[in-house]
Amino acid sequence: MENKSTRQEYIHDLAELQNKVIQMGELVTTAIERATHSLITQDRDLARQIMKEDDDIDDLTIEIEDFSLLLIAKQQPIAHDLRVIATSFKIASDLERIGDHAFDIAKTAKALAAEKQPVELLYTPQLAETALVMVKQAMKAYREADIVLAEAVCRQDDELDELFARSFTELSGAAVNDIVKARQQAQLLFVARYLERIGDHATNIAEWVVYLETAERVRKLR
Amino acid sequence: MDDKMQVERLNLFYGAAQALYDVSLRVPEHSVVALIGPSGCGKSTFLKTLNRMNDLVDGVHIDGRVTLDGQDVYAPDTDIVLLRKRVGMVFQRPNPFPMSIYDNVAYGCRVHGVTDKKVLDEVVEQSLQGAALWDEVKDRLKTSAGGLSGGQQQRLCIARTLAVAPEVVLMDEPCSALDPISTMKIEELVSELKQRYTIVMVTHNMQQAARVSDRTAFFLNGKVIEYDDTNVIFTKPAQKKTEDYITGRFG
Ligand SMILES: Nc1ncnc2c1ncn2[C@@H]1O[C@H](COP(=O)(O)OP(=O)(O)OP(=O)(O)O)[C@@H](O)[C@H]1O
Ligand SMILES: [Mg+2]
Repeated sequence: MENKSTRQEYIHDLAELQNKVIQMGELVTTAIERATHSLITQDRDLARQIMKEDDDIDDLTIEIEDFSLLLIAKQQPIAHDLRVIATSFKIASDLERIGDHAFDIAKTAKALAAEKQPVELLYTPQLAETALVMVKQAMKAYREADIVLAEAVCRQDDELDELFARSFTELSGAAVNDIVKARQQAQLLFVARYLERIGDHATNIAEWVVYLETAERVRKLR
Repeated sequence: MDDKMQVERLNLFYGAAQALYDVSLRVPEHSVVALIGPSGCGKSTFLKTLNRMNDLVDGVHIDGRVTLDGQDVYAPDTDIVLLRKRVGMVFQRPNPFPMSIYDNVAYGCRVHGVTDKKVLDEVVEQSLQGAALWDEVKDRLKTSAGGLSGGQQQRLCIARTLAVAPEVVLMDEPCSALDPISTMKIEELVSELKQRYTIVMVTHNMQQAARVSDRTAFFLNGKVIEYDDTNVIFTKPAQKKTEDYITGRFG
């Protein structure tokens, strides 16, 4: 470790930066997983716990941003190196937003857990599963520089959007004369929206992976 | 843009040792072309083929074609003095002649037979202006060029090259002996000069190549590995070797 040249150190730093993004991805996927679990099991304590942990995700975002800027200032990166830094910056921001949505879901779970009447979740678990898989796959594509997988994630977003549309119809249509149920379903509508947004951010991440590896924008390829 | 110079399938040997292999490259008019690559890969050798500076070396053998405005530079009837006037060169180390600032700049014109003092005065002022040196030396034109700083000397050498109204300016690592401020001045100058001249520049500074050039050629072991728009070379080079070199992962 001691005798590394400045160039080797730089290459090491780039890997370190990517590791921080991967680590952040892990925190965020865990947050979604647990937020959904707290919703399904109506577990208030778990929901509270997740809300607290969002600070760790925010701290890591700042760490990634600062580290990226430091590397730009010191090394004047170009080509793939520059894309590593630029995409780390962008992916960290998408992950941070996903983390915020996991926080929002946990907050809703906490509110719903206070209800006496059991909550009818309808499509919510399925939406949550799809969104979670998208984030996991996007981060796997990032970790393994797998463009094919990244492109598959982009396509999966259509599936999630469709699921969201169905969910919306179900949740907004039912329970006009059951006040408690109507309130629960309004909450679940928000959850569905958060999950749909999570899918959008996962798609962004996947698009950044393609850009990182090819220097091409996905929108242009389509 | 029209090509000011074209090089086709150039092979160069120093005695039995081949230094350039099948180099083909076009230099568009009013552009800056940067040549990059590791030490010993043939950048200076290539640069010198453009105005036949290699003719001065014993045992050099050259094949292929180099044209200036479509005319073969290596044709037997080429006037070499005229060629070097049209294709001027600035070297790595500033090499002012041991004479006054004024005489340094006027030198080339005098060699080409200009004696009218008024004409010479004008050329000297314009060339020094063109090299962004005029304001710093206008009050001491008759003093020795040796008294200038390294950065000023390099700009003086550029002025001396500009004084004979070249069309192409070749620069071999013009900033390698300069501090960051002089380097910045030369870079500014290069971007201005390309309005009127065509520039081919060797540099070991990647950021400099990225900042000042329009096209970049990557040389390796006497071959051109990649030649493309500078924006492409520094963002998504097609060749892995190019990427490895510009990002410092070589060897
Ligand atoms: N006058 C010469 N006689 C024999 N060999 C030469 C001569 N000049 C250069 N060479 C050889 O030709 C090859 C290319 O040299 P050249 O000076 O063109 O490299 P370069 O790319 O300009 O390197 P640097 O970045 O160090 O200036 C080298 O192997 C060098 O040793
Ligand atoms: Mg050289």
